[in-house]
Amino acid sequence: MIASIGLEVHVQLKTRTKMFCGCPNQFGVEPNRLVCPVCLGYPGALPVMNAEAIRLTVMTGMLLGCRINLTNKFDRKNYFYPDQAKNYQISQYDQPLCLGGQLEITLKDRVKTVRITRIHLEEDVAKNTHFADGSGIDFNRAGTPLMEIVTEPDMDNEDEAFAFLTALKQVLAYGGISDCNLEQGNIRCDINVSVRPTRESPLGSKVEIKNMNTFRGAHRALAHEIHRQIREVQRGTVIPQETRRWDDDAGVTSSMRSKEYAHDYRYFPEPDLLPVSLTQEQVDGWRAMLPEMPAARRERMVREYGIPEYDAGVLAADRAVADFFEQAARQCGKGKAVSNWMMTEMLRLLAEVDGDIGNARITPTALAELVNLVDAKTINQPAAKEVFALLFASGGDPKAIVQEKGLAQVSDSSALQGLVDQVVAENARSVEDYRKGKEAALQFLIGQVMKLSRGKANPQVARELLVATIGAP
Amino acid sequence: MRRRAATNSFLSLEFWSNMAELHQLTLVETLDALARGDCSAEDVARRYLERIAATDSAIGAFLELDPEQVLADARAADAKRRRGEGGRLLGAPIAMKDVLNVKGASCTCGSKILRGYRAPYDATAVARLRAEGAVIMGRLNMDEFAMGSSNENSAYHPVRNPYDLSKVPGGSSGGSAASVAADQIAASLGTDTGGSIRQPASFCGCVGVKPSYGRVSRYGLTAFASSLDQIGPLTKDVADAALLTEILSGFDPADSTSVPAPAPELRANRDQGLAGMTLGLPREYFQGGMDPEVEQRVREAVEVCRSLGAEIMEISLPHTEYAIATYYIIATAEASANLARFDGVRYGARQPGADPIAMYEATRSAGFGNEVKRRIILGTYVLSSGYYDAYYLRAQKVRALIRRDFDQAFQHCQAILTPATPSAAFGFGEKTGDPLQMYLSDIYTVTTNLAGICGMSLPCGFTAGNLPVGLQILGPAFREEHIFRVAYAYEQATRWRAKRPPLAVAEAGRAAS
Repeated sequence: MIASIGLEVHVQLKTRTKMFCGCPNQFGVEPNRLVCPVCLGYPGALPVMNAEAIRLTVMTGMLLGCRINLTNKFDRKNYFYPDQAKNYQISQYDQPLCLGGQLEITLKDRVKTVRITRIHLEEDVAKNTHFADGSGIDFNRAGTPLMEIVTEPDMDNEDEAFAFLTALKQVLAYGGISDCNLEQGNIRCDINVSVRPTRESPLGSKVEIKNMNTFRGAHRALAHEIHRQIREVQRGTVIPQETRRWDDDAGVTSSMRSKEYAHDYRYFPEPDLLPVSLTQEQVDGWRAMLPEMPAARRERMVREYGIPEYDAGVLAADRAVADFFEQAARQCGKGKAVSNWMMTEMLRLLAEVDGDIGNARITPTALAELVNLVDAKTINQPAAKEVFALLFASGGDPKAIVQEKGLAQVSDSSALQGLVDQVVAENARSVEDYRKGKEAALQFLIGQVMKLSRGKANPQVARELLVATIGAP
Repeated sequence: MRRRAATNSFLSLEFWSNMAELHQLTLVETLDALARGDCSAEDVARRYLERIAATDSAIGAFLELDPEQVLADARAADAKRRRGEGGRLLGAPIAMKDVLNVKGASCTCGSKILRGYRAPYDATAVARLRAEGAVIMGRLNMDEFAMGSSNENSAYHPVRNPYDLSKVPGGSSGGSAASVAADQIAASLGTDTGGSIRQPASFCGCVGVKPSYGRVSRYGLTAFASSLDQIGPLTKDVADAALLTEILSGFDPADSTSVPAPAPELRANRDQGLAGMTLGLPREYFQGGMDPEVEQRVREAVEVCRSLGAEIMEISLPHTEYAIATYYIIATAEASANLARFDGVRYGARQPGADPIAMYEATRSAGFGNEVKRRIILGTYVLSSGYYDAYYLRAQKVRALIRRDFDQAFQHCQAILTPATPSAAFGFGEKTGDPLQMYLSDIYTVTTNLAGICGMSLPCGFTAGNLPVGLQILGPAFREEHIFRVAYAYEQATRWRAKRPPLAVAEAGRAAS
C-alpha cells in the first residue's frame, strides 16, 4: 500500500497591520485590544486591501516558482462559526494570486520535488477559548493576513511531509514572509491523506486532518493515520471521505464529519473589494527584491570564504545566522576562522537560547575582532573561548573584556622563564621522561606552565622555553 | 420669514409667529436665514422638535430622537457661527435613515435583531455632513434592513404618508421621505438599493437622489446588497438635493468601491435650461402596467421639458423585462452574506441556545422579520452548490446586458425620463399578501442600481386623489450634472412644491395662531 499526502499550509504574514483594516497585526496582546468595527464585523464596516500582504504572497509565489496571476480577486466563503466576525471569510476561490510551483525537499538519500497547486490570501479567524462556564473569543487575530499554500498529493509518507514543512519554513523565514513562530501559530496545516494499492492505482478516498499546529504533531498524526487506513483497507473496509481531528495526547485521529455534512461555502465574488490588478512592472520590481535562497547561498559562501560545504550548509540554513557569519567574515577577512567559531561555540550556545541568533548579545563586529585578537596572538584559544561566552551572554567589546579580565596572552619569554624554571624543578620525573624521548611528557609540562600562568601563557613560547631549559631529548 | 429679517427680541410676538414658519423652509432657505441671523440653529432645532412632537404620532417617521443632544449640537453650531467658523451646512438639521451609523446613536435598521446596538463610529456620509456643520437629528423608520417598498416591514411601527394617512409612504426609506414631506426635518438621508430613495420620494412628493454607484462612500451604511447600495438625500427641492449630493460625493479610502472622481458641480446647472439637450423615453417603460394617471402626469412632464427646449426621442432598453428577476437574485445573494453577521455574538439582541448554532438559530429566528428571512433563504438558495451557475452567474451576465442597454442609450441622449413608480402611493396591506406585486413597485427603479448609473425622483403633479406622482430622471454614471440640469429646469417651470400635504398646513396654522 502507498500513501499520498497533500498539505494545505496556513501561514501568518509578517505585516504591520491586519488584512483589511488598520489594526496592528501583533501577537501576545491582552484579548480584544487590537480590534475595530472592520475586524469585529460591525454593521456598515468595509474591508480595505492590505497591499503589503499582496506583496508578501506574490514574493512567496516567486520563491516557490509559481505563476503570478496579475488579475485576481477575492470571494466570500460563507459559514457560521463564532470565531468569524462576519460569518463569512474573505478568501480567494477561483482566481488565487499564485498558481503552480514546486519546492525541493531533502531526504536521507535523495532530493524530491513537491508540486505546489496554488497560493492564495485570506483573513485569519478569531481565537476561541473554552472555560468551565462558557467560552471567550479573542478577536486580536481576527482579520490578520493568512496565506494558504496548497500542494499536490506528492508526499508518500510522514517523513516527506515533515521535510516539506521544514523546507517551506526555511523559505518563508528566508524571504521575510513570516516569523514562522510555531508556538504563536504562525504556521498551521491541514493534511489530506489517502492510501492505494500501487502507484498506478487511482487515489483512494481523501481524509482530511484539520488544524495541525506543530510539525512533530503532523508527523505523528500522519504515521498514525496512514497505518490506520492501511489496516482498514486490508481488513476489507472502504475508507470514507471524511474530516478527522488529531488528538495529540491520545495519539489517535477520530472522525469529525463525513462528506455528506461537508460545508457548502457558497463562494461568490466579494462585492466590497475591487478585483486586484497588478502590473508586470510592479511584480518585476518585487522580483528584484527577492533574497538569495539557502542553496545558492551555500555555494556562494563556499566559493567566497573557502569554508567546507558542510559548514556552509549549516550556516546558510538560517538567514539570520548566515547574515551574521557573512558580516563577521567580511569585517575580519578570515572566513574560515569565523566559520569555526560559528560551527562550534556559537551553535552550542545558540542551542541554549532556542536557536534564535536574535537572542544572542554578540555582534558580528565583536566576533570579527575576537578572531583578529586570536590571530594576532593577543589571546590564546582558551581565553578566547571565555571571551566569546561573555560576549554571547552580555555583549560588549572583546578588547575591553580582555583588558578588564586580564586575559591577554603572555608571550614575553623573560616573563615566562620563571614559571618554566619552577615547573622543571617541581616535575623532575616528567623532565626525565622527556629526555628519554617521551613527547607526551613535554605536553604535560606545557600544561603545567599554562596552569601556573592561569591560562595566559602563549603555549608556543612555553614549549620553546621548556625545550631550551631542559635541552633536546 | 422672507419678508424681512427678524432681528427683534425673543419676547416679541412677531418673532414667535415667524418661528412657526421655520420648518417650512427648504434646507437652502434655512441656511440663508441662519447666515443672515434671522434665526439661530437652536431656533431651527426647537421648531423641528416641536413639529415632530406635534405630528409624529400620526406619521411615525422617527424611531429615535434625542432632543437634548440635538439642542446641544445646535448650540454648538451657533457658537461656531459666532466665532466666525462654519461649514456649508452650519446649523442645518438633517435626519438619518436608521441604516446609517451615527456614533453613540442606535442603528436598528428597522429590525429587532439590532435592538440595543449603539454605533461606535460615524458613517463617512454622516461625518461629511457633520464636518460641514450639520446638526444630526434623529433616526428614521424604514423597512427592516432596507427590504421593502412600503415601510410595512419595519419591526417597530408603520410610517404613514403625509398626503394621506391611509396610504404607505413607500420604502424602504419611508421615514426619510415622510419626515421631509411633513416638514419634520429640513432634509434627510436615505439609501437606495433598488429604488428605496426614489420610490418613497415619489410617493411622498419630495426630491430623492440615488447617486452613481461609487459616488458616495458606503462606509457606515449597514449593507443590504453591497454592489447596489448607495446613500442619497431626500429633500424639499432640487437645490437642497444638489447641495447635499455635492457634499456627500467623493472618494473615501475606507470604501474600496468609492470612486476617486472629484465631487460634481451641480448647482452651476441651475439656469442652463434644456435647450440643446436630448432626453430619452424608454419604450419598455411605457408598455402598460402603469396607472393611467401616473402615465398622464409623466407625459405632461415630458411636454414641459420639450417646451423648455429639450429634444425628446424614444429609446430602447431591451433587457428591462429581466431586471426584477436579476435584481432579486443578486440583491438577495449579497444580503444572505451581509446579514450573516447578525448572530447575537458581538452586539444586538441575543436569544439563548444550548450551543453556538442553536443560539444563532434562536437569535435569527426571533430577530428577523418574514421578508428578511424570505430574502436570506432566496439568496442562500441561489448561491448554493449546483445552483450558482443557473442563478447567480446568469444574473451577473444579464446585469452586464442591462448596463450595456444604458451605455448604448446614453450615446443618443443625455438623460432618460420615466415614471418613478407604476402607481401613486397604495394603501396599507394592499400588497403585503403578494411579495411579487410588492417587488413590481420597483420595476422602474431597479435597473438604475443594476447599471450603476444615477437617478432622481421629483414631484410632477398629483393624482385626482391628491397623491403625489414622481418623475424619474436617469443619467449616465458620474454625470449627475445631467439629471440636475433637467430637474432644475423642470422644477422652476412647475413649482409643485407649493402644494403641501394637508398635515403640514394644519400644524403650521395651529402653531402660528
